[in-house]
Amino acid sequence: MKFLENILEKQKPLFQKGGKFEKFYYLFEAGETFLFSPAHTAGKKGVQVRDAIDLKRMMMTVVIAMIPCLIWGIFNVGYQHQIATGSLTEGGFAAFFNWDNFLFGARWVLPIVLVSYAAGGAVEATVAVIRKHPINEGFLVTGMLIPLIVPPTIPLWQVALATVFGVLIGKEVFGGTGMNILNVAMTARAFLYFAYPSQISGEVWTQLADKTPIDAYSGATALAVAYDSSISGTSVQQGLSEVNNALAAPFGGEFFSFQNMLIGGIPGSIGETSTLMALLGALILIGTGVGSWKIIFSVFAGAFAMGTIFNLAGANEFMNVPAEYHLVMGGLAFGAVFMATDPVSAAQTDVGKWIYGALIGMLTVLIRVVNPAYPEGIMLAVLFMNVFAPLIDYYVVESNKKRRLARATV
Amino acid sequence: MSKIVKLKKGFDINLAGKAAKKIANSPISETFAVKPTDFVGLERPKLLVNEGDTVKAGTPILYNKFQENVMICSPVSGEVIEVKRGDKRKVLEIKILADKEIEYEHFDSFNISSVKNISRQDAQKQMLNGGVWPHIIQRPYGVIAKEEDTPKAIYISTFDTSPLAADWGYALKDDEEAFQMGIEVLRKFTQGPIHLNQNINGEVSSVFSNVTEIQQNKFSGPHPAGNVGIQIHHIAPIAKGDLVWTVSPFGVAQIGKLFLNGVHDASRLVAVAGSEVKDPQYHKTFTGACVDRLIEDNLQQNHVRCISGNVLTGECIEKNGYLGFYDNLLSVIPEGDQQEFLGWLKPKKEVLSFHKAFGLMSFLNGKNKEYKLTSNTNGEPRAFVQTGVFEKVLPMDIYPVYLLKAIMAEDYDNMEALGIFEVIEEDLALCEYVDVSKHDVQRIVRDGIELMQNG
Repeated sequence: MKFLENILEKQKPLFQKGGKFEKFYYLFEAGETFLFSPAHTAGKKGVQVRDAIDLKRMMMTVVIAMIPCLIWGIFNVGYQHQIATGSLTEGGFAAFFNWDNFLFGARWVLPIVLVSYAAGGAVEATVAVIRKHPINEGFLVTGMLIPLIVPPTIPLWQVALATVFGVLIGKEVFGGTGMNILNVAMTARAFLYFAYPSQISGEVWTQLADKTPIDAYSGATALAVAYDSSISGTSVQQGLSEVNNALAAPFGGEFFSFQNMLIGGIPGSIGETSTLMALLGALILIGTGVGSWKIIFSVFAGAFAMGTIFNLAGANEFMNVPAEYHLVMGGLAFGAVFMATDPVSAAQTDVGKWIYGALIGMLTVLIRVVNPAYPEGIMLAVLFMNVFAPLIDYYVVESNKKRRLARATV
Repeated sequence: MSKIVKLKKGFDINLAGKAAKKIANSPISETFAVKPTDFVGLERPKLLVNEGDTVKAGTPILYNKFQENVMICSPVSGEVIEVKRGDKRKVLEIKILADKEIEYEHFDSFNISSVKNISRQDAQKQMLNGGVWPHIIQRPYGVIAKEEDTPKAIYISTFDTSPLAADWGYALKDDEEAFQMGIEVLRKFTQGPIHLNQNINGEVSSVFSNVTEIQQNKFSGPHPAGNVGIQIHHIAPIAKGDLVWTVSPFGVAQIGKLFLNGVHDASRLVAVAGSEVKDPQYHKTFTGACVDRLIEDNLQQNHVRCISGNVLTGECIEKNGYLGFYDNLLSVIPEGDQQEFLGWLKPKKEVLSFHKAFGLMSFLNGKNKEYKLTSNTNGEPRAFVQTGVFEKVLPMDIYPVYLLKAIMAEDYDNMEALGIFEVIEEDLALCEYVDVSKHDVQRIVRDGIELMQNG
């Protein structure tokens, strides 16, 4: 490693003040600190020892927590393709964890990941050079989040555009990582959703790769099926149970059985389909203390509570969807674990986190059930609550101030 | 009425090289220094001596232009050999070459019963002239108390939970009478109680347990349970308009000695500790000692950082630097100025972390593991990202990040409303340690306090 260190040391003067590439100092610095954690020591005053953690490691933990979702997503893209083209008639783990599925999935998913990292990285680097600040590690996470919340059929240029929009408008205009109001990845997805709706809704969840799907394959997500059957006035559960996509024995029960949706052998955005993998990610985030268990738990609890309230009301068929189904359909689990927990855009106080999470869960189900235009609610719910998080915190902090004021003697 | 407070929040930094309870036979330092920078808020020191002057222990060396009656005195007798100045001729150190036999300035002496008869004014005058007044720190702000004030209460924390801290009971083991005397003197300054805060766990030294007519409170929990600021918060939080004083146990004893023996006795036991010290133990010396003799032939290696005070709140000094006025601990840790290949990704078990993020595995070591930490910052400064962490190491009803942001925004109303009067740097030192984004939390706190004082 001494060798690498020497090379960097030799190039350093070029990038330092007065050097030829002075402008690009922060690019150099980013590369250098990526390879070698810096030799910075504590100042003369203040703490003389520091915790082993830094932002890079924290962000990396989130990326690692997303890996189960990513790997599952890669397999699932191939799996759904096989189902759609009729080459798979039996489900189950053996059919899922299959080399062909993986290769096919990787062929479509990895380019999305690469484009997202490249586009976002370029924006980060450019802004860092212009604004003269270090490159933000936040992008380690955003670059992985964006691919996991888009359909596998998304055009790569849209990934690039959305990433640029998300990073630039969602984050950099506010001053970079830590200053943003909205979740960056959700901003990018909202951009796609409103700018290019035809590529992110409808029959886009299965990568067909120019093949024609067999007649028995529908390709709709569970939420879309639920929505359609509620329009036609039939029971949602019946509607869900009628979908079988010519697949016998998926991971248990029918194609849209609770169990199959929990495990995740269903169409959807790349990383969102498996509630189980999202929960595995949650386990990593909670175990490492990087993600707030209060938020994750309260999103699920809020969604379940709202689902139960709708069950009791029961005014239309969608309201009758069993509350627990809401937890495994669509992107609720992924959003709860990876989007709602973004510490910058979430509520920051402990009490605030409970309220924030619960409202995200409730709003998600509310949007799903009541709003006719959007079959999925988690994206808008998270963005909406991002905006309200400071208000929630404001009232929590205000009560602290009041306690203090009550003690004042003058 | 005693209080028992059990604290849960906080974090113990268990460092290797704790001082053994024995006293070294090391040669005593030859030079001692008075450092105006030790005294928070002492911006304009007025020197009373010049290079070449001879002084006695207790001879005034300097005073603050804005607090003219408070004398900062020489800890030893000898010759002023150097007045070290920094940028803009700022006075940094007044170095004194010590005599072999210490000569003292003489003040009035009393015994425990006769001291009860002197007035507050007389006691105050002796303390101001005798160089012990700077031990009295006022809250809010954590600065030297104003002599005209009358505090609501006086707080003394008898235990120190910070890393490698010296044991006050051991350091003052021969000063039981002086400590009681100090309490008697302090009693003149307040109508309210004197709180003596003790650790529930571990035995309480007779120095503290035998003191009478004071309020004994008991605390338990990890650091910062021993910080007097945390203790005040749980006994009677400082509200706007409140004024309380705090004194360190050594301060109480030195005040006591000034009245008991009539001299400014700056002799003290100082712990020399840390992973790089060969034989961590106590050394008998005086306030402001040069550390060269303390570390001579006593280091494992030479690439070390010497810290006057503990590793959370102390100040980095040279190997021939001087201990601070308030410090009874010299911490020596390895200097951490080495790069580390992929240091942000490597699994680490030997570097203590409050966190459990990917690869940080020190939590598996258990509580009794002693760590050898370096001065490396383990990362670079960033904007605030992670939330809810500072709250876990600050056992106070305060939102630290909101307070810090109010300070950064120079928002006076919010600083006050969020509790700036209740904290000083040391209370938030752990926040600075655990901070993912490596802020200078303690500097920010002091900036905020200065804004409040001047605003």
